[in-house]
Amino acid sequence: MSSLAAEASKKILLKGNEAICLGAIAAGCRHYYGYPITPQNDIPEYMAAHLPALGGTFLQAESEVATINMILGTSASGKRVMTSSSGPGISLMQEGLSYMAGSELPAVIVNISRSGPGLGGIAPSQGDYFQAVKGGGHGGYRLIVLAPHSVQEMYTLTMLAFDLADRYRTPAMILGDAIVGQMKEPFEATPYDSATTAEKPWALTGCAGRERLHVKSLHLKDNAIEVHNWKLHGKFERIRKTETRAESFLLDGAKIAVVAFGTAARVSKTAIQWARKEGIPVGMLRPITLFPFPEREVFDLAKTVDVVLVIEMNTGQMVEDVRQSTPLHDRIAFLGKPCAMPTPEEILDRIRALAGRKG
Amino acid sequence: MSIEGKTEFTKPVYTRPRSLVDVKTHFCPGCHHGTIHKIVAECIDRYGVRENSIGVACVGCAVFLYDYIDVDVVEAPHGRAPAVATGVKRAQPDKFVFTYQGDGDLAAIGTSEVIHAANRGENLTVVFVNNTTYGMTGGQMAPTTLLGQKTSTTPYGRDFRSDGYPIKMAELLAGLDGTAYSARVAVSTPAQIRKAKAAVRKAFEMQINGMGFSIVEFLSTCPTNWGMKPLDAQGRVLGEMSEYFPLGVYKERKQADFA
Ligand SMILES: Cc1ncc(C[n+]2csc(CCOP(=O)(O)OP(=O)(O)O)c2C)c(N)n1
Ligand code: SF4
Ligand SMILES: [Mg+2]
Repeated sequence: MSSLAAEASKKILLKGNEAICLGAIAAGCRHYYGYPITPQNDIPEYMAAHLPALGGTFLQAESEVATINMILGTSASGKRVMTSSSGPGISLMQEGLSYMAGSELPAVIVNISRSGPGLGGIAPSQGDYFQAVKGGGHGGYRLIVLAPHSVQEMYTLTMLAFDLADRYRTPAMILGDAIVGQMKEPFEATPYDSATTAEKPWALTGCAGRERLHVKSLHLKDNAIEVHNWKLHGKFERIRKTETRAESFLLDGAKIAVVAFGTAARVSKTAIQWARKEGIPVGMLRPITLFPFPEREVFDLAKTVDVVLVIEMNTGQMVEDVRQSTPLHDRIAFLGKPCAMPTPEEILDRIRALAGRKG
Repeated sequence: MSIEGKTEFTKPVYTRPRSLVDVKTHFCPGCHHGTIHKIVAECIDRYGVRENSIGVACVGCAVFLYDYIDVDVVEAPHGRAPAVATGVKRAQPDKFVFTYQGDGDLAAIGTSEVIHAANRGENLTVVFVNNTTYGMTGGQMAPTTLLGQKTSTTPYGRDFRSDGYPIKMAELLAGLDGTAYSARVAVSTPAQIRKAKAAVRKAFEMQINGMGFSIVEFLSTCPTNWGMKPLDAQGRVLGEMSEYFPLGVYKERKQADFA
């Protein structure tokens, strides 16, 4: 594996989870804390093997509760820092994530999610959508949530996650699943553009030559907490306005529009190409950012098609955001697979049925 | 300075520590948090680490550490200060890093974090304030509450059959290989304050010399929630609290056994 970084300048076959590691390292992340959980163990294992040689820190924490608070401490120090986990571990991190959002601390949190609730299973799932995009922890905040659908995107979106987290001083999440984490694809290590790296004058580095600084989320005086809440709200609104990203896939002339993210979108691409060969006018809007959700894009799209087919690896979560984005609710259809990847055949069948129904 | 001896009078014998912010604290009369803050500030001054320090505040009556100690401070969630401090120290190994935690914070919700920080030998210092109760939330039972002690959640007194025993953290942490220094002190008499300061100095020196994890447990008062007058509260520390939680040094790593 040690030759991975060296070979990174040309196309290699790489696992999604490892692409996340390469993206993090390219973006200057030298600190990783984590606790083992399937299906993301390739990430801590890669970091354990490579970060020490780069002068960084790999630490296997005693729990995800400890992990997220180590992340908090390193972030408060002004350093880029990442952790990765899956469902149960991400649940344990929620208090810390709320503190980080409240204290305005950036970090990248990777959720290679599995099926739940509870211990659930290790099958791929998108059941953590609500937890990821609605805040997850207490008190009212948002995470920036990016949903890669390829090994290449695991790399590029990880770099982007670091930039966005720093720019807005808030945690960003990569929401993947066992498929996009474990699959191997040809991959190219495109260069990281460090021009976007934000200064961190707020970092706690000792008060030499300046007044002491605090990183905190407690606001007891007067109505300071209300002021703080509105400030955070304004930041999340700015993120909504400027950072929404979505891919349009074969939407020209489409009468059926799939809306799917991550692995579900990846499989949908195959089914859509098959359907197009059969002459069915179908395309896809793929949200790349889940928060901010591409509301405007869904609103516009719903007006131009007969059906918006939402496909998710859960029993229906993002579909609520689709409904919220358009008043045309009778055009929304849903295909859900809570604990498995839908096959292209299943998706094609559904597209055919919808096309037939619409004549 | 023409008159012999006069110089001695112009030399201040007592000043506020540079690292202690000159503001009124919110602590109740007779509470030891203020005294302990001052000892910490004095030791920060003594080693000249003020501009190189990052403190980690806990959730409890000491949450306002950042208002009182003139260093950079990050606030940790309840019990998680040793994990936050680990993240700070690993990112900035050249900085002086300490936590300041209550007994609910460290010995109940945060037991895991402190044990594992100690066991990893994290090179940081923990100031642990044991007042046998949850001060901030109104005097509920803490893991350190003495048997028979009445608190708002042990209205009939703590009973080991239902509530277990008061936990002895200084002894427990001394048993871990990663711990370089563990001591229990009190601040109820001038002599105890001198000893407490010596213990904090030792703990700071451990970190400065890269020896590993150091902790000083303070037996502290909470007159408000104990329902006692400040003077009676001192008596409780000197009496039943010191009987159950013996003062002393439980571990002191020598350079030799660390190398
Ligand atoms: C997760 C969580 N649980 C509970 C609380 C409420 N809480 C605040 S302070 C505290 C106990 C403080 O007691 P201690 O650590 O002994 O500090 P003291 O106030 O006595 O100095 C509790 C339970 C919280 N803030 N967070
Ligand atoms: S409630 Fe107790 S611990 Fe808190 S400030 Fe008052 S006396 Fe001190
Ligand atoms: Mg207490």
